[in-house]
Amino acid sequence: MAVSARAPAGSEAILGDLRALGLGERLLTAPAELAVFASDALTAFHQRPMAVVLAETQDEVVGVVRACHRRGVPFVARGSGTSLSGGSLPLEGGVLIALNRLNRVRRVDPQARLAVVEPGVVNLDVSRAVAPYGLHYAPDPSSQSVCTIGGNVAFNSGGAHCLRHGMTANHVLGMRVVLPDGEVVELGGESLEPVGPDWTGMFCGSEGLFGIALELTVRLVPIPEAVHTALAVYDSLETAGDAVSRIVASGLLPVALEIMDRLAIEAAEASVKPGYPPGEALLIVELEGGRENVDADAVRLAGLLRDSGATHVHTTEDPAERALIWKGRKAAFSAVGWLAPDYVVQDGVVPRTHLGEALAEIERLAAAAGLRVANVFHAGDGNLHPLILFDGREAGALERAEALAGEILRLCIRLGGSITGEHGVGVEKRAHLPEMFGPEDMALMHRLRDAVDPDRLANRGKMLAVGDGWS
Amino acid sequence: MTLAAERVDEVRDLVRGATGRLLPRGGGSKPALSTPPHDDVVTVDVSGLRGIVAYDPAELTFIAQAGTPIAELDAALAEHGQHLPFDPPLAPAGATLGGVVAAATSGPGALRSGGVRDFVIGVRFVDGAGRLVSGGGRVVKNAAGFDLPKLMVGSRGRLGVMVELSMKVFPRPRASATLEIAAGDLRAAVGVAAALSAGPWELDALELAPDGRLLARLAGDPEPMEARIARLVPALPGGATARRLPASEAEALWRATADAAWVPDGMRLLRAACTPAAVAPLWDAVAAAGGDARFGRAGSVAWIAWPAAAPLNALDAALDDLGLAATALTGPPLPEVLGAVRGGAFAQRIRAALDPDRRFLD
Repeated sequence: MAVSARAPAGSEAILGDLRALGLGERLLTAPAELAVFASDALTAFHQRPMAVVLAETQDEVVGVVRACHRRGVPFVARGSGTSLSGGSLPLEGGVLIALNRLNRVRRVDPQARLAVVEPGVVNLDVSRAVAPYGLHYAPDPSSQSVCTIGGNVAFNSGGAHCLRHGMTANHVLGMRVVLPDGEVVELGGESLEPVGPDWTGMFCGSEGLFGIALELTVRLVPIPEAVHTALAVYDSLETAGDAVSRIVASGLLPVALEIMDRLAIEAAEASVKPGYPPGEALLIVELEGGRENVDADAVRLAGLLRDSGATHVHTTEDPAERALIWKGRKAAFSAVGWLAPDYVVQDGVVPRTHLGEALAEIERLAAAAGLRVANVFHAGDGNLHPLILFDGREAGALERAEALAGEILRLCIRLGGSITGEHGVGVEKRAHLPEMFGPEDMALMHRLRDAVDPDRLANRGKMLAVGDGWS
Repeated sequence: MTLAAERVDEVRDLVRGATGRLLPRGGGSKPALSTPPHDDVVTVDVSGLRGIVAYDPAELTFIAQAGTPIAELDAALAEHGQHLPFDPPLAPAGATLGGVVAAATSGPGALRSGGVRDFVIGVRFVDGAGRLVSGGGRVVKNAAGFDLPKLMVGSRGRLGVMVELSMKVFPRPRASATLEIAAGDLRAAVGVAAALSAGPWELDALELAPDGRLLARLAGDPEPMEARIARLVPALPGGATARRLPASEAEALWRATADAAWVPDGMRLLRAACTPAAVAPLWDAVAAAGGDARFGRAGSVAWIAWPAAAPLNALDAALDDLGLAATALTGPPLPEVLGAVRGGAFAQRIRAALDPDRRFLD
């Protein structure tokens, strides 16, 4: 599937401007080099950019943005290209700005518990850099070993530990940003407390439409003294879902509450072999904090799980075992490759009391469509990740899978939820955004975008459809 | 002039029909933000937009009209053992949910759980063109569309008139304990705060006073509480001493902290962004003017009492040097934020989109 862009406005002119920036071999224009960047993790979409710039400094990024603005050429920023919504899909005739080489941790302030990082720093590398101070960066998307902070900020990424820690936007204090016309502005600062409108919060999750973050100030939290992980097995998804409601209602506040269904468990076992106990549904509960609190909470949790109808409960405080449990969970998306040649992953959210209803309806919709769906989800947040399995070689299979994905998103909206909890709208869900928001709300989003970027150069075609509201 | 709106459509009509500038007002607990700076500015009183729209305790979220008093919300949440854990300040003075969001005021409990920006998940507001718009939603995790709920935090009625907010809530801890720690002086107190923040203590709140006293609150389940305190006290940095406060005294102190009851007569209250490193230099500027201060969230926010008669230039300059900013909450309105103003062209463009005819204050 190709996404069309406006015809390039004088590609020779922009290429001349880019060459003049002295990028040398870091300006890619050969078709074979460009092909590498044609897709992100949403591989059903691909589009070859006119040029790729491997930026190494903030000034270079600003220079490229200014050149693009001057020539009216759209640009897309990209980190590691792990977006599941097509958020870093390039544009034909556009410039792709690769930020991976802007990967310096510029400063760590252990007393203020913050770090100043460039956008190309890999998520996990922030935690690695601050570990000597007993600190870590809390947001943990499943792709955290490769995805970059810049992309996390653009799409307000989540992760398994959002339940207690919140999303990326809750951890970004300030940033330097190049706006789509090349102007550089500072938003927020080093304080946890905003004064004046929360421009930083507004920029987070804006999917690249407001420009490119050049430098980010992120908050750090202490590495917890104690971590307790429980695995509980259930003979149905419904009882697992009820256990989540029971835990939430008890007043216990775990850092993570995750559910995997039988297909997802099988996929994980087939790939990274986490050694999960077999069952129809697996609940992962994690507690963290001070020793005394975790010990007391673990006792309460054990009681709750015992009364919740779990057929088997296993707990651990061994870091190696915990790492394997999470490896299995975080590899679940790619692991379904063991079950089917292709899959579509969705990211809908429902109010958490409607989880059981949503799962039953997804099962019904899948059966009606004749497709298998594996479920992996952040149950504590009501954030579903149905993985729709199909074989792309079968005629019409992709279309049927996408139709089912659309049905599931409409179900989430109907139940009062959202079409995306953490992957963003991107290219993939733009058609569904107007189903979630009213015409006035959509018009406002277009007005905000047009006020910041009247030429619609920055990450054009993401979140807001090109034709939608395009004058 | 004051015009009152009790329904959403009345707010919309009022904005559409406005000929001059408008300033929304909720409970009036922060008069510096709700008093018109000029006679030709019309106050839009939204305190009649009041009441909980939806609250399902099992969801740990609620939706309420923007003019709902914090005290009313707190009582409704308490019935189900829940709360807004950031202790929204100035509740007894009549603070409303919309006002807390507009002023970005978070109280002591923000240390452990995050502040108002971390708990607002959805908003409906009337923009400067009189359009009723919404952003976010009512689920706790949501990445769809621009984050308008966060934009409203600290917007001081300059970007729209909020009519409804969705918030997430947390379970209310079943027990708490308070330690008063004497560090000697403010610089030593900052050191103690840093040491406590780096440890496994999970403090619920930690406030610093200029005389070097700290107020530390532990909250959670009753069972492990004594063991937590028994381990914490001996671990305090050398020279610091701790005294456990009786429950009634502690409760009164925390209420006085969240409600700024310590502000002396004849002084106005300001709220400044702060960092641990900025506590001492900021205090120097406040002390030089004869003011008082408390530093909340382990030094992440400064509550400044500034003598009414003293000019604010010295504070403005000190904040600017530190790269920080402040707003006044009580006393006469200030034309703008003090200190380092951020946002630049981004702020101007967003503002122009939301308020093209400049119906709200700059």
